[in-house]
Amino acid sequence: MTSFVEHLPILIIAISLFSALTILVVGWFNNRSCIFIFWLTLLAQFIMSLFILNHVLAYGPIHYWLGGWKPPWGIELVVDSLNAYILIILLFLSLACAIYSKSNIEHELPGKRVSFYTLFQLLIAGLCGVTLTGDIFNMFVFIEIFSISAYALIAARGKIALKASFTYLILGSIGTCFFLLGIGFLYSITGSLNLHDLSILLPPFYDNKVVKAAFVFFIVGLSIKMALFPFHTWLPDAHAFAPAEISAMLSGIMIEISTYVFIRVSFSVFTLEFLKLLPVFDILCWVAVAAILMGSVMAITQVNLKRMLAYSSVANMGYIMLAVGLSLSAVESPWGGLNPALMHIANHALMKGCLFLAAGAFIYKANLWNITEFRGLAKKMPYTCAAFVIAAISMIGIPPSVGFVSKLYIIMASIEIKNYFFVAVLLISSLLNLAYFWRVIETMYMKHEEGGRSSHGSHGTSEEIPLGMLIPILLLSSLCIVMGIVWLGKVPIPVLDQVNLMFGLGKVP
Amino acid sequence: MVEWLTAEISSKYNYWVSILLMLIGFYAIIAKDNLIKKIIGLSIFQTAIFLFYISLGVVRKGTAPIVSEEMILKGYAYVNPLPHVLILTAIVVAVATTAVALSLIIRLYEEYGTIEETEIIGAIKRKEADQDRPAF
Repeated sequence: MTSFVEHLPILIIAISLFSALTILVVGWFNNRSCIFIFWLTLLAQFIMSLFILNHVLAYGPIHYWLGGWKPPWGIELVVDSLNAYILIILLFLSLACAIYSKSNIEHELPGKRVSFYTLFQLLIAGLCGVTLTGDIFNMFVFIEIFSISAYALIAARGKIALKASFTYLILGSIGTCFFLLGIGFLYSITGSLNLHDLSILLPPFYDNKVVKAAFVFFIVGLSIKMALFPFHTWLPDAHAFAPAEISAMLSGIMIEISTYVFIRVSFSVFTLEFLKLLPVFDILCWVAVAAILMGSVMAITQVNLKRMLAYSSVANMGYIMLAVGLSLSAVESPWGGLNPALMHIANHALMKGCLFLAAGAFIYKANLWNITEFRGLAKKMPYTCAAFVIAAISMIGIPPSVGFVSKLYIIMASIEIKNYFFVAVLLISSLLNLAYFWRVIETMYMKHEEGGRSSHGSHGTSEEIPLGMLIPILLLSSLCIVMGIVWLGKVPIPVLDQVNLMFGLGKVP
Repeated sequence: MVEWLTAEISSKYNYWVSILLMLIGFYAIIAKDNLIKKIIGLSIFQTAIFLFYISLGVVRKGTAPIVSEEMILKGYAYVNPLPHVLILTAIVVAVATTAVALSLIIRLYEEYGTIEETEIIGAIKRKEADQDRPAF
C-alpha cells in the first residue's frame, strides 16, 4: 500500500498528459467520447490526490525521484501537506468545472469540443505539475505549460477575447521570464535547482546581492502571474471573456497556484531567516491592502457581471497576500502562520468557482452579460439564482459561510499584531462587497421583468439550465456553507498546522 | 573611472550585452503599437535571458562536456552542460509562446483588419458603444 502511494505523484501528471493526447486522437474519430475520457481521468486524479493526502498525513512527505536519479542531479517530486492540500482543491474544482462543461461547451464553443478538452486537460496537467514538483526549473516549465494552455483557452471565444488573451500572453510571458531570471541567479550562486538542496546551500549567501535580486525577480514575476494589484491589468478582460468553466478555473485556482508557488519559493527555498532580513512581507501587506481597496472599488463600477467578478478576484488575491504577509508575525494558534492564507485559497476556489459557473449559466440560458438585464431572473432560474446568492453572501462574509471564516481569521491575525488599519480595511471591503453583490441580488429578486408580469410565453415556466450544469453549481454553493461550518469546527486545521510546523511558522508546540 | 569601466565591460561583456538586449526587448514590448513588433520584443527579451544562462555555463578554455577517464587524468576543464540543457527546454517553451501569440495575431487581423493595438482597442470601444454591451 505504502509503495503504491509513492508512485501516485508522477502518475497524476502522467495520466493527465496521456489523456490530453488520447482526447486529441480519439476525438478525431469520435467527437462525443472525449468528454468521458476527460471525466474518467479527472476522477482518477481526484481519488489519487485523496490517497496522497491520507498518506502524507500518516507517514510524512512523499519523495519521488524521476528516472531513479538522486535529488540534486535528477528531478524530484516532493509532496508534503501543503502540496497535498492544494492538489485536492485544484482537482475538486476541475472536476466540478468538467461536469459543468458538457452542456456549456456545445453552446459556447460549438464544434471546438476536441481542442477544448485537450487544452483543458493540458491546463490541469500543468497545474498539477507545478503543485507536485520539487525542482524549481521543472516548476518554470509547468508554469509555462499551464499558461500557454490558458492563453489558448481564453482566446477560444474569439473577438474581444483574442485581445484579452494577447494582453495576458505578453504580461504572463514577462512574468515567467522574470521567474526564469530569478532561477538563473540562484543557479549561478549555488549550482543547484532542487528546492530542498537550495534551502541548504543558500544560507551562507543571504547577504549576497545576487540572492536578494533573485528574490525580487521571483516576487515581481509571480505578482504578475497572480495579478497582484499594480500588475492586475490583464486579469479583468481575460477572466471575463473566457468560457465560463475556464473563468472559474482561472479565478478559482490558477492565480492561487501562483500564490502557492510564491509561498513555496519564499518559505521552502529562502526560509524564515532570509525573510526576516528583508521587510518584504511588510511591504506586501500594504500592496495587498491597495489591491483589496482597488479591486472592490473597481468592481462596483462594472456593468458586466463577469468583469465584476474578475475585479472581485483582484480584491481576493489581496486578501490572500495580506494573509501571507501577516504569516510571519501572527503566531496565535488557529489564525497563526499561513492558516488564513491557505484557508482563503480553498474558500476562494469554492466561492469564485460557484459565482463564475452561475454567471456562465445566465449567459448559457439567455445570453445575459450585464447586471441590468437580470430583472426577474430569480423566477426563471430559481436554483441557479439561489446558488449565486449563497456564494455572494459568502463573498460578503455572512456567518456561517466560508468567506466569514477566512475574513474572521485574517482580522484576528491583524488584531494580534495590533494593526487596526488592516482591520478597518477588511471591514470596509466587506461593505464594498455588499455594495456590489447586493446590486446583482436586488436586480434578480426585487425588480420585475420589463413589460409587466405577463411576459408572453415564458410566464410561470421555469427555464432552469440542464442538470449537468446545475449540479456543480449547487454542489459548490452548498459547500460554501458546509465548509464554513467545518472550518469553524477546526476540522482541517491539523493539515494546516503541519504546514506551519514544516516552515517553522506560528507557535511551535 | 574610464579604465575601470572598460575593464568591467570587457571582462563581462556577454552579461552587459544580455542586459542591453533585455532592455531593448522590454522597450519594444512597452512602446510599440504593432502587435508583431511586440512579439519581436518579447522574443528579444527571452533571448537575452537565454544568453545570460549560456554565459553562466562557460568555463575558460573548457572543452565539450563529454568526459572520459583520460580527460579527468589530464585535468582538462569542460563547460557546464546543465545551463545549456535548461535553455534548450526554455527555447522550446519560448517557441510555443511565440507560436500562440502569432496565431492570436492572425485571428485578431481576421477579426479587426489591423494589427495596431490602438486601432483594435478603438474598434472594440466603438462596437461596445454601438451595442451598449460587450462586443460579442
